Amino acid sequence: MRKIIHNDKIFTVFNYILATLFLLIALYPLWYVVICSISGISAIVTGRVWIIPQSITFAGYKKMLEQKEIWTGYKWTILYTLVGTSINLTFTIPAGYALTRKTLPFRRAINMYFMLTMFIGGGLIPTYLWMDRLHLVNTFWILVLMGAVSVWNMIICRTFFENNIPGELIDSAKIDGASEIGIFAKIVLPLSKSILAVMTLFFAVGHWNSYFTALIYLRDRTRQPLQLVLRTLLLTSQLMTEGTNEMLNQNMIDLQNMKYCVVIAASLPVLMLYPFIQKYFVKGVMIGAVKG
Amino acid sequence: MNKKKLSVRLRQHWQLYLMIAPAFLYIAIFHYIPIYGLLGAFENYKPYKGYFGSDWVGLQHFKKFFNTNAFATVVPNTIKLSLYGLIAGFPLPIILAICLNYVPSLRFKKLVQNITYAPHFISLVVLVSILQNFLGANYGLVNNVREAMGMSRELFLSSPKLFPHFYVWSGVWQGVGWGSIIYISALAGVDPSLHESARIDGASILQRIRHIDIPSILPLAVTMLIMNTGHIMSVGFDKVYLMQNSLNLTSSEVISTYVYKQGLGSAQYGYATAVGLFTAIVNLIMLLTVNTISKRLSETSIW
Repeated sequence: MRKIIHNDKIFTVFNYILATLFLLIALYPLWYVVICSISGISAIVTGRVWIIPQSITFAGYKKMLEQKEIWTGYKWTILYTLVGTSINLTFTIPAGYALTRKTLPFRRAINMYFMLTMFIGGGLIPTYLWMDRLHLVNTFWILVLMGAVSVWNMIICRTFFENNIPGELIDSAKIDGASEIGIFAKIVLPLSKSILAVMTLFFAVGHWNSYFTALIYLRDRTRQPLQLVLRTLLLTSQLMTEGTNEMLNQNMIDLQNMKYCVVIAASLPVLMLYPFIQKYFVKGVMIGAVKG
Repeated sequence: MNKKKLSVRLRQHWQLYLMIAPAFLYIAIFHYIPIYGLLGAFENYKPYKGYFGSDWVGLQHFKKFFNTNAFATVVPNTIKLSLYGLIAGFPLPIILAICLNYVPSLRFKKLVQNITYAPHFISLVVLVSILQNFLGANYGLVNNVREAMGMSRELFLSSPKLFPHFYVWSGVWQGVGWGSIIYISALAGVDPSLHESARIDGASILQRIRHIDIPSILPLAVTMLIMNTGHIMSVGFDKVYLMQNSLNLTSSEVISTYVYKQGLGSAQYGYATAVGLFTAIVNLIMLLTVNTISKRLSETSIW
């Protein structure tokens, strides 16, 4: 017995080391970008920036604030996120609820109709050509409508409603003469604040982080979301870094410093909200896993 | 059960149908209608002629794809990247979950959880930027240190040989914490009396992990594996496209980026549709096969 307790103690020590390793590996890359964004490039290039910022400068941030594209990128990203998330919610949540109602005729068939989309689809080119026929390419609407219904999230909602809204509650409301929409708005929704939070965040972070839809469907550079602006910046500096290895001029130096700053600017809203929202996210994953 | 007429029941539920209608219509327009565009895979599709006016070419696009050099690189690249990702990304979330399950301090456990989830929330553009910050030739940390130590700067991100490693391990970095969530909750659901009696019988932690924890999360792990195998032919476009450059193309060109370039870049709509269709079919076959095998072996199935 004593030997086992001894072994368990060794295990616990190693376990702490392992957990700390996981923590540091997750944290360090993020931390590194933060310290680079306020360190002088010459200190970075000579490999002196490791753990704390060196020769502190805010030139990168200053340059970033001067870029018009960043501001318009921010503006459009916020717009796409707000409108897109609202559409996501109105399309996904009522449908998810209605599909939990067992008396609904053709419920199984409608469920199948949604589930099948996870296995079959037209793929990129047919979808693109169809959007083109609908004159949606290069419009505001394509960016907020693409992915408006997430079947996976709909399933999460359905599972939540099934497990958390007692059927008797709905039945008694019906006896009292409430309409279906009334029941949903006045009884179900107030009881479902946590799933509403989860869904809002899933969708909003998705919109905030996406660049694919804009890359494919948006040709107009003046309406680019922030992620696409960042990508353009990434590519230009990639050409420089991978292309020439010659003298660094001041403009390039500022640009490089700015790159760290833009990375932070693009992630900041999500990472700032993160401590408050992460428990909802975890909840969402758990609900999904029940049925998963 | 009262047998009311269907029309009556339909009318009774009109408000519920109204709630489903937006999603239903959206899926019809954005998901099901484009499926008929798969006809284009068998045609010399020209947008101004439409699917019924374009010339029918049968399986010509498929034959062409199988005979191109691209087929010999793009398909193996795709399979290599997704298999590598699958294998590298599979055990670590489980290890993290088990590790956290035996951390006695609740506060430390919460801290590790919160920090390891964070990378999941950054965008792919940011992720690739971070890769550049570490591995770029002129400003990357690794090269900065190499130069400080008297070594030469290397073009890591342009190396076809290194590309799969960067691609896969950056993905593992981003996904490990998030992937551990379901395992953590599965471990929390293990019957405590099992652990209790094992402890009384003198089992060490390691023995309990091996004989209690791992068997109880195995079905979940198998399910996750099946779900992921269904996507073996579809390496996501987003990240590969960001990491591609002209020098690493021999190992970074995958089916999705190839379809994009052929279809939207060179306007070879019919051909690109055919390649996409081929991928989708292989994916579906893979999913069904793996699911059947796992049903036989472990009675775990996704439906």
